[in-house]
Amino acid sequence: MPQNEHIELFRKRHGRRFDYFEKKRKREARLPKIRSQYAKKLTGLKAKIYNRQRYKEKIQMQKSIRLHQKKGSGTKNDTGTIPEGAVPPYLLDREKQNRSKVLTNMVKQKRKEKAGKWTVPIPKVRSIGEEEALKVLKTGKRKKKSWKRMVTKVCWVNDNFTRKPPKFERFIRPMALRFKMAHVTHPELKTTFHLSIIGVKKNPNSGLFTQLGVITKGTVIEVNVSELGLVTQGGKVVWGKYAQVTNCPENDGCINAVLLV
Amino acid sequence: MASVDMSNQARILAQFKSEDGHLVGVPFDLPEEMSVRQLNQTCNGLLGEDDDQIYTFYIEGEEVRETLSKTLNSLQTRDSENILEILYIPQTTFRVQAVTRCSASMGGHTEAVITVAFSPDGTRLASGSGDSTVRFWDIQTQTPEFTCKGHNHWILVISWSPDGRKIASACKRGQISLWDPSTGEAIKQKLSAHSQWITWICWEPQHMNGDCRYFVSASKDSTIRIWDSINFSCARVLSGHTAGVTCVKWGGEGLIYSSSQDRTVKVWRAEDGTICRTLTGHAHWVNTLALNTDYLIRLGSYDPGAPRHDMGALPANELQKVALDNYVRGKGSRGEVLVSGSDDFTLFLWSPTDSKKSLARMIGHQQLINDVKFSPNMRLIASASFDKSIKLWDGLSGVFIGTLRGHVGPVYQVSWSADSRLLCSGSSDSTLKLWNIKTKKLWVDLPGHADEVFAVDWSPDGERVASGGRDKIIKIWRK
Repeated sequence: MPQNEHIELFRKRHGRRFDYFEKKRKREARLPKIRSQYAKKLTGLKAKIYNRQRYKEKIQMQKSIRLHQKKGSGTKNDTGTIPEGAVPPYLLDREKQNRSKVLTNMVKQKRKEKAGKWTVPIPKVRSIGEEEALKVLKTGKRKKKSWKRMVTKVCWVNDNFTRKPPKFERFIRPMALRFKMAHVTHPELKTTFHLSIIGVKKNPNSGLFTQLGVITKGTVIEVNVSELGLVTQGGKVVWGKYAQVTNCPENDGCINAVLLV
Repeated sequence: MASVDMSNQARILAQFKSEDGHLVGVPFDLPEEMSVRQLNQTCNGLLGEDDDQIYTFYIEGEEVRETLSKTLNSLQTRDSENILEILYIPQTTFRVQAVTRCSASMGGHTEAVITVAFSPDGTRLASGSGDSTVRFWDIQTQTPEFTCKGHNHWILVISWSPDGRKIASACKRGQISLWDPSTGEAIKQKLSAHSQWITWICWEPQHMNGDCRYFVSASKDSTIRIWDSINFSCARVLSGHTAGVTCVKWGGEGLIYSSSQDRTVKVWRAEDGTICRTLTGHAHWVNTLALNTDYLIRLGSYDPGAPRHDMGALPANELQKVALDNYVRGKGSRGEVLVSGSDDFTLFLWSPTDSKKSLARMIGHQQLINDVKFSPNMRLIASASFDKSIKLWDGLSGVFIGTLRGHVGPVYQVSWSADSRLLCSGSSDSTLKLWNIKTKKLWVDLPGHADEVFAVDWSPDGERVASGGRDKIIKIWRK
């Protein structure tokens, strides 16, 4: 082991070899070629890792090249267009709040509700019959009776719901298929929020499903939007809004919905 | 006095005292059942004033609302041995009527309205917007008057000169323009020196310079510049802050106060730009400043109580004399008091002319404080916070008085009426709310804006309120 930094000391005293920088330059110039050959030669997991790394490096390089090009044309920015979203100076340094303010006309929405006319993103859905959504359970000592049903679709169950005794429980809503939250997309903001479900407004298939809280594709649910900070024109906070389910929750294991604005 | 039944009533030895500790007359017997009106008459008789002067009375900081005995009963420490000191505070003789309706919605701006400002005499209205224009509005006909183009970024600040003949606007690119409100023409465009956006502009008070020559601008680039509005040059650069300057105020005593994100408030001497003292105490960004003389300085030579006459005819030195007279009369024997609101959820009360110690720290808000304003009579402070509440504090001691709750979003701006009896607040919940200071209750809710309200201004004569916000519309509210 070297006992001292004698190599550095030597370099300080005598300098480097005369061809050092030339050799270094050439080595660096050859390096991409060597690396690409190496990348070609590799197979298996090693190749995967190595190529992933090279891919990342290239992205980084592209980005920095673009940045440099932008820097050169800095004067253009001066006369460019004015950015949108003007805020007063007291909000300039603040974190950008989620601009999820939607201006809704509450009166219009109420009128719509009364008429029962819905212009919803998914107007027509495949009808789901009772045989499909409700599985017959055989009960009784000899398993002769078949008045009990089990819901095989996703359900929303009220918080204060308690199951009835087995004798009176006609519909079983399994715990595994109960949902409390939905991923709700705001169509204008193109952002998705994880919101809790307040209720099932309407299942287009049947009134029974609406009553049971069955959530299938096309079902209109009510979600809690208080976190979004929506405000009516009168300044009150909106906390419940309707959303339509856009996927098949029973297949996907999650509820995706789009907010009805 | 004659109407009070003198026989078999509880009586109390009382003494009237003015706000600056001056005792009036000798202590004398008062019946405890005396009402405020009777107190008023007594006080007026003692002071030899005309009968129309109105006072409010305080006993140990508690306002007398109905009768003396009711206030005395509500106080815990009742001492019949000593002389009861009754503090009397004169009220403004004129009364601002509450605004209750939107009289005009003026569209025109193509981006969010960031700032609105009435001229010092309340006859003109200007607004700055994100569409890079400054617009002047005719408030008599409630129509647009002039559109001033020239900036090429968001207008962040506009500020009227105290004589109302110039207006300075500043944009996010750090450039300042001067406009003539009577023609809408530019006096000078794009004075540029700041490297980042400008956060505040404040003119030199009229009682110090009748020409309204100088103004001061604060910027995010941590410098403060004093500008000369006649030969359009930067007269002085005040550097000393180590982070963005958030607010700057030109005080009535020849001092400039600035607050910064470096957690300090600095006091500068205006004539030579030297730093007088640094006020430390805040634990986070200092957002805003307010002086107790803000309203007086804003009015300048204009007096809302007096009948309107044409100030424009007077020469500058005459105006200065009038302004100085107004200032001295309005200020009385009080010193200049500064209040600063900060991101650390507290406010500090300073007496910056003579000491670097704070008078009081006002604790209670649960979110950052965005705006703080002294009432025109200098007795109250209103602070608007992101915790959706407005709090009222005593302007002399900084003692907490009450909370005004009702907004459902962060409160951005507050504005006092000229008689200090009403307060208007604009919030992110898209409403303006009008508060009665006496009852500390909501007076009127003023919905109408479709989005956040960024700017609220109550005209100095108390006639109308202007507001603007993200919905690009300027609304004028009247009674």
